[in-house]
Amino acid sequence: MEQLVRSKPPEAESSGFLPVSDIDTGVIPIRASGRGMLQVAVDETRRTAALRAPVKARVEALDFYYGELKALKSLTMDIREKQVTALIGPSGCGKTTFLRCFNRMHDLTPGTRYEGCIRLLPEDINLVARNIDPIEVRMRIGMVFQKPNPFPKSIFENVAYGLRIRGVRSQIRIQEEVEKALRDAALWDEVKERLASSALSLSGGQQQRLCIARALATSPEMLLFDEPTSALDPIATARIEELIAALREQVTVLIVTHNMQQAARVSDYTAFMYLGQLIEFDETSRIFTNPGQKATEDYITGRYG
Amino acid sequence: MSTEGLSHHISSRYNTDLERVRSSVLEMGGLVERQLTQAIGGITEPDARVMVRVAQEELRVNQLERSIDEDCSRILATRGPTASDLRLIITILKTITDLERIGDEGEKVAAIAARLALRERPNNRYREVRNLGEVVIDMVHDTLDAFARFDTKLALEVLRRDRTVDEEYEAIHRQNITFMMEDPRSIRRALDVMWVVRSLERIGDHAKNICEYLIYLVLGKDVRHTKIEEIEKELQAPRG
Repeated sequence: MEQLVRSKPPEAESSGFLPVSDIDTGVIPIRASGRGMLQVAVDETRRTAALRAPVKARVEALDFYYGELKALKSLTMDIREKQVTALIGPSGCGKTTFLRCFNRMHDLTPGTRYEGCIRLLPEDINLVARNIDPIEVRMRIGMVFQKPNPFPKSIFENVAYGLRIRGVRSQIRIQEEVEKALRDAALWDEVKERLASSALSLSGGQQQRLCIARALATSPEMLLFDEPTSALDPIATARIEELIAALREQVTVLIVTHNMQQAARVSDYTAFMYLGQLIEFDETSRIFTNPGQKATEDYITGRYG
Repeated sequence: MSTEGLSHHISSRYNTDLERVRSSVLEMGGLVERQLTQAIGGITEPDARVMVRVAQEELRVNQLERSIDEDCSRILATRGPTASDLRLIITILKTITDLERIGDEGEKVAAIAARLALRERPNNRYREVRNLGEVVIDMVHDTLDAFARFDTKLALEVLRRDRTVDEEYEAIHRQNITFMMEDPRSIRRALDVMWVVRSLERIGDHAKNICEYLIYLVLGKDVRHTKIEEIEKELQAPRG
């Protein structure tokens, strides 16, 4: 039987939206069978692949503090390799804070502190350990933000930037890598004729895909998306979602989204967070058809507890 | 989940939408149940007008089926329901198909009742039909009751009764074969009785289907095509 981590708040059943006790201690094995009249995105081969996917990052008892404020409370979960894991939850629940831990974005904010660990496998290095260089972490774990933020440079230079930082000197290699990244980001055909023009001349959706290409250029193992489509129209959104689906062939994806349907569409696993705690973590198909916790149910169905 | 939870959405219009479609299903169920009661009543007490009345109800049943379908598609399109809301919509869409078919079977029974009313009645006054009819009417009634209250215990209880219906159907079947062999003049009536009990047996199956959908709705467990003993075990087990 597959061992998925599932936190089990003892009181959440009856207490409505507010889980009352410290919850992430209980780890119970759950069955991930495909029964049910309707499961979102049931594709048996994909499912099996998902269940067999090795763990890429193991989050263990992760706490995070902004000064005195404890923003993340003992999070424990496994991020599976080449799968898409979505983080959902109301504003202020800590999902973005959690996402940012993965590439040490908090290091720039004074007074922040990590406890516990995020182990990146297979090397088993703790991403949040002080002795680990955040620059190295960011090379391996890319991030795409809510608003597209291309550099005010040419399209080409935006993607080449990370390679140059990495010390790649060969022009031919840089050109190859840029083209590959742009192709992987499904942008190549639209920009190949004007690689020298400013990245700011692209549309919002194109800029976002450029940011994805920029993140892909350094061949990261993981990509973090922080509400990547909330500033985009439905067509650009659909393109990005397509892209995320394609990207899981090569990288592990962690995505924060406020759009519940998006989480349901693009992810294999979904984690529901509330008040800095992980309330439920399970296969996406299950979270959206038959979640285990009432708090999750209330949130995804738009109820108040 | 409980019926109460339906009205706890942040969007009050969503509450109204779900509540409305649910009460339409109950209304449709009520009509179908009445059709069925009238049809079976028409067999045990001769009534040549039974067909007309049942057919009148049928119009309204069909109308409701269409409007519930429409409401459900609209909710799916505009609300993107998830979890228990999604299960509710799926359950309703499937339930009304079975309800509509119960209505159709009721109509068939009524047609035969109208025909039988013009003929000489047997000594037992179609007692076998009356007995089986009562069981089936109760099943439909309890199914709707279970649906109204999201009562899985009652649904399970209805599922258990389906076996009785099947056994009773088999017994009537055998009995009629005997009648027909003994006296060829009884063939016509025996065939009519067979058609009626066949319809009743089908109605039992539809009620059973609805109860299975209801268990899916409330507990998120798909218990179709599962032996009753396994369903009982399943319902006692913690969430799978």
